[in-house]
Amino acid sequence: MGRALEGKNMTKLSKDEAQALINDVLEVYPAKAREDRAKHLDFADGGDGGESQKCVTSNRKSLPGVMTIRGCAYAGSKGVVWGPIKDMIHISHGPVGCGQYSRAGRRNYYIGTTGVDSFGTMNFTSDFQEKDIVFGGDKKLAKLIGELDQLFPLNRGISVQSECPIGLIGDDIEAVSKSSSREINKPVVPVRCEGFRGVSQSLGHHIANDSIRDYVFDREDGGSGPEPGPYDVAILGDYNIGGDAWSSRILLEEMGLRVVAQWSGDGTLAEMEQTPKVKLNLLHCYRSMNYISRHMEEKYGIPWIEYNFFGPTKIAESLRKIASYFDDSIKEGAEKVIARYQPMMQAVIDKYKPRLEGKKVMLYVGGLRPRHVIGAYEDLGMEVVGTGYEFGHKDDYQRTNEHVNNATLIYDDVTGFEFEEFVKRVKPDLVGSGVKEKYIFQKMGVPFRQMHSWDYSGPYHGYDGFAIFAKDMDMTLNNPCWGSIIPPWKQAGETEQAAVA
Amino acid sequence: MANIIISQAVDGSLTFYMPKKDLEEKVQSLEFTQADKWGGELKLASGQSYYIDPIIEPRLPKSLRARRMD
Repeated sequence: MGRALEGKNMTKLSKDEAQALINDVLEVYPAKAREDRAKHLDFADGGDGGESQKCVTSNRKSLPGVMTIRGCAYAGSKGVVWGPIKDMIHISHGPVGCGQYSRAGRRNYYIGTTGVDSFGTMNFTSDFQEKDIVFGGDKKLAKLIGELDQLFPLNRGISVQSECPIGLIGDDIEAVSKSSSREINKPVVPVRCEGFRGVSQSLGHHIANDSIRDYVFDREDGGSGPEPGPYDVAILGDYNIGGDAWSSRILLEEMGLRVVAQWSGDGTLAEMEQTPKVKLNLLHCYRSMNYISRHMEEKYGIPWIEYNFFGPTKIAESLRKIASYFDDSIKEGAEKVIARYQPMMQAVIDKYKPRLEGKKVMLYVGGLRPRHVIGAYEDLGMEVVGTGYEFGHKDDYQRTNEHVNNATLIYDDVTGFEFEEFVKRVKPDLVGSGVKEKYIFQKMGVPFRQMHSWDYSGPYHGYDGFAIFAKDMDMTLNNPCWGSIIPPWKQAGETEQAAVA
Repeated sequence: MANIIISQAVDGSLTFYMPKKDLEEKVQSLEFTQADKWGGELKLASGQSYYIDPIIEPRLPKSLRARRMD
């Protein structure tokens, strides 16, 4: 199988080949594990027979013994949803490691003076010791909140992000938060996002969304923001990685909308409180913020739509879709924005497409990117031959179907072994995944982009982002270093061996 | 009894979501779908079935309480 594929390096897998490949890769597992993993691996078969509702199994516990790339509920809440809210202090409540090793790693950019009025990249922790586990940490938490408010008086509120031990020893962080909130006269939000909850970071998103619903929206004397206007929108699920939300925001503002809130990249508590008054919620990361969008739809009657700001084709589509919710002035504005940027984007495509055309990409990321970035690659003439979610649910895979071509590999919670085998066999020209996968593939000589934090580049959203995206992909793929991966003495050894044989 | 959310899927069908179990399934059939009587037995694509007390047709998405039938 492997040999057969090597021969046709440039062509795509057929369906039979894709199935054979999956079977081959599964071979190594014991029978029970094979049966389980088989449900998570599949390929798109939308080509013939029209609508396909086939879906892989997702959002299930990872198999013990395999290498998974998933995170935990704490990562979903503190790292993703709450962390970027810059004017609140997020306490990593529990032992020191969880907060320290996740500190500032996600590159959620923000404007502000860190340590004075913004706290995004700082690590606040209650640093649990043995005695806190034995005697409980509630008193420590209360003291900590008091001290924090004294040291950082410009904070707008505090959130308590629980780590595993808090749930295990049964501390009552809700009661402490309530009394501390009264004491410092600011919101204190207890978040029950202990890492052991759920199967991945996905439940952490949900818990964080619920805590925003309960402690931010329903708060008394909250939400005294600017007068609501007819063109108010909120950006939900954009975490401003490398400045993503900013490059999205300018497009919306240019077409005449007023962006009153950014959730949660470069976001503030006041912006969140303002959100129930907007006219439309714009949802970028469906997975992490659909819960709060649904809640606002149910409670405040605010419609929400998903949009995609990767690549000019999808941006134009999304701008028109957003504009369709407003009057003609916005619709005209959208057309103007599209017309203004189209020539610039054409220049970008003209420059990079010849260098990237026909290249194959395999993705394995989380949230919205496994399906959303496909459009951007296609704009550059590249083809996505495999994609998968770390922590997607069924609705994510349903949404993926419309973006992928026939026989594209789909893998849910792919294990280290499976991903490596897929890459070895399919031989993509580029792999887009996270930092945990990066060095394996680079050592294998496969060009790699880190698609969680844009490999310390970005932004990739919006028109400005696409230019950077195209440049980065070219820089990685056509880098001369990939030809120098095998050291000369090994190359020599191989040819000698071949000659002998 | 468990909290669930019924919402409209992209293709117009209903989706059943149980936050506690992180269970998301397509609704295959709902017993009553009239404007003044909506609810009853709810069959999921996975084969499980739940019961929600009939109410007047709500605006979706809607959080409801459901009981397991099997």
